[in-house]
Amino acid sequence: MPRIIKNTQIVEDHWQVLTLAENETPEAVALPAAPTLLPLAVWLARRDEIVTAGLAHGVWLDAGEGPEAVADDLERLPVIGVNFPKFTDGRSYSSARLLRERYTYRGEIRALGDVQQDQLFFMRRCGIDAYALRADKDIEKALAGLAVFSDTYQAAVDQPQPLFRRRTARGQEAA
Amino acid sequence: MYRYDSTDQQLIDERVSQYRGQMERHLAGELSADELRPLRLQNGLYIQRHGPMLRIAIPYGMLSSAQLRKLAEISRRYDRAVGHFTTRQNMQLNWPQFEETPEILAELASVEMHAVQTSGNCIRNITSDQFAGVAPDELVDPRPYCELLRQWSTFHPEFAFLPRKFKIAVNAAAQDRAVIRAHDIGLEVVSDERGEIGFKVLVGGGLGRTPILGKVVREFLPRRHILSYLEAILRLYNRYGRRDNMYKARIKILVQALGSEEFARQVEAEWAHLRDGETTVTDAEFDRIAGHFEPPAWETLPAEDPVHNTRLTTDKAFANWVKRCVHAHKTPGYAAVTLSLKAPGVAPGNISDAQMIAVADFADRFSFGELRVSHEQNLILSDVKLGDLHELWQLARGQRLATANIGLLTDMICCPGGDLCALANARSLPIAEAVNDKFDDLDYLYDIGDISLNISGCMNSCGHHHVANIGILGVDKNDEEWYQITVGGEQGNDAIIGKVIGPSFYAQEVPEVIEALIAVYLERRTASERFIDTWQRVGAEPFKARAYAGRDRRRTAKVADKESQAKEIVNA
Repeated sequence: MPRIIKNTQIVEDHWQVLTLAENETPEAVALPAAPTLLPLAVWLARRDEIVTAGLAHGVWLDAGEGPEAVADDLERLPVIGVNFPKFTDGRSYSSARLLRERYTYRGEIRALGDVQQDQLFFMRRCGIDAYALRADKDIEKALAGLAVFSDTYQAAVDQPQPLFRRRTARGQEAA
Repeated sequence: MYRYDSTDQQLIDERVSQYRGQMERHLAGELSADELRPLRLQNGLYIQRHGPMLRIAIPYGMLSSAQLRKLAEISRRYDRAVGHFTTRQNMQLNWPQFEETPEILAELASVEMHAVQTSGNCIRNITSDQFAGVAPDELVDPRPYCELLRQWSTFHPEFAFLPRKFKIAVNAAAQDRAVIRAHDIGLEVVSDERGEIGFKVLVGGGLGRTPILGKVVREFLPRRHILSYLEAILRLYNRYGRRDNMYKARIKILVQALGSEEFARQVEAEWAHLRDGETTVTDAEFDRIAGHFEPPAWETLPAEDPVHNTRLTTDKAFANWVKRCVHAHKTPGYAAVTLSLKAPGVAPGNISDAQMIAVADFADRFSFGELRVSHEQNLILSDVKLGDLHELWQLARGQRLATANIGLLTDMICCPGGDLCALANARSLPIAEAVNDKFDDLDYLYDIGDISLNISGCMNSCGHHHVANIGILGVDKNDEEWYQITVGGEQGNDAIIGKVIGPSFYAQEVPEVIEALIAVYLERRTASERFIDTWQRVGAEPFKARAYAGRDRRRTAKVADKESQAKEIVNA
């Protein structure tokens, strides 16, 4: 069974990711029975069907697809994938923050695609809590990527207070 | 200047460890060259024409003498004992060893320096006025705001992989010396009618292949909102900036596509969600940072120094230097001094290790141990007593740092060009040298007066040629080096993008063309006109006519000996 990083642990994972082949359409593609992250287009086209059938599916958002499209469905989605089509495509960092901070999504946000050790710290800060590491990379070693820095300047999902607010508090304690 | 606390230092130390680990993984075959690229770029390491180049951050151009000594030591130990200052107020080392770069970063960290985000598609070094804190025309010292932005932009988790590089500049003076309208975001510190400090926010400026001046998206933003407002801008850009074509990926293209009014509307809509949150900057933080920029212990001095005044009348060479290289200071009895890095025969912006040591000594002795780098690639001692100027001048002359050419034709901004940079279409240093040879008479330069001449070796426009009175751009046509000339550009409050005067020239023609343009100016000017004034009054035609007069079009261009090396075009 494939393994992912969940929070700070390596765990076995049963979620599949559906990608449409060229000859498949969102309307006609066969819906798997096993828990699957569906492309946004499939979710939008088949939402009622999936809900009625009681299938426990999630959705994955490509880098150009914002969370706005699933804003009303968040309670039905145990997992939302955010795709990184390549290492240097940073759009899904914004998607993850919006999911957590604007839409208060509490389920799992999973990084998919070109996911490597050196993005993990930033991903975690943006509210991503599961990481499907690229298959050719050493997942054990990659864990180190979660804990690169011991502190952060900016407010983000993991630390809602920017350093300057905490610095002041520390200074007052010291005084 | 800003000094690190234990958290700042720890973060920079952790960055060095992270980079060291990345290099080890690369050398162990766990990270391919392609996978390492974005990581090394965000630590300033390029692979250039002859090998690696390391770009060291100098936040808003501020350096202590100890830091400059460390740079001298690094340049000697790890490079060829020379450094190059850039238009982002940074320093580039052109000959470091790839494997030694983690050691260099560790050395830098020991003096509170780094190479973080000096390249890559992220928020780059924040730039500002080289006379910040001492300029008579400034509203407030802009450096605390620059430092606030430096910290906010450092390792920002959401904005580390933007569509393209992102440059921010801050100006707080009546006269903009930071070219803020040529930046992705330009911030002008202003105060409203009640005296509250805030920012006028400009977005979408940039040079490069499509030069555009930034548009005002907000006339007044109270200072406490600056970080959340910038997050709104950056988030829009991160989500909607183009990623399909690197030449259309800068924020200026997004602003242009939406129109600045619609862009501003979308920023406000995003900001409505972000404003008044935890990222709102506290007065305590403004005060904490401003405390690092308290003025040095200026003495109470008379505005005039009689001995200095006498020297001005008796020593013409000294008086010329004072006229060009010494600048007004807001405190009586003090002046700011530019040490010219534009001596004849030296690549513009270059400095040797011995010169660095000398300048560090000058800073300690005459200017409270601090100095600045200007975007025009010179060094500034900001707090020199009038009575010390003569001695400083003599010492600087001994180091070839007192060429009295600031603001004159030979004070050229110039990129390293095709001699070193893998991006360049053409060499820029030989052009700078040829112009220097042609205009080697200082009296003639004084007669020409204020003028800017900037040279870029390619469309990336690192040499800021678009905003020069005379701009020279290297272009590649069928593997030959050609040079396109623009005229009429200007930096400052009324920044103007120069206009191309016509077909490109061969390298050997360039000095003659410059001479022709200057000749038209000298013939046509009125008593008080600068070059740019005459150009604006008489128009382009007489200049064009002279530039192309008698041009022998049969002459063949010299073929450049180019190396067919893969160009690292991703992150210029």
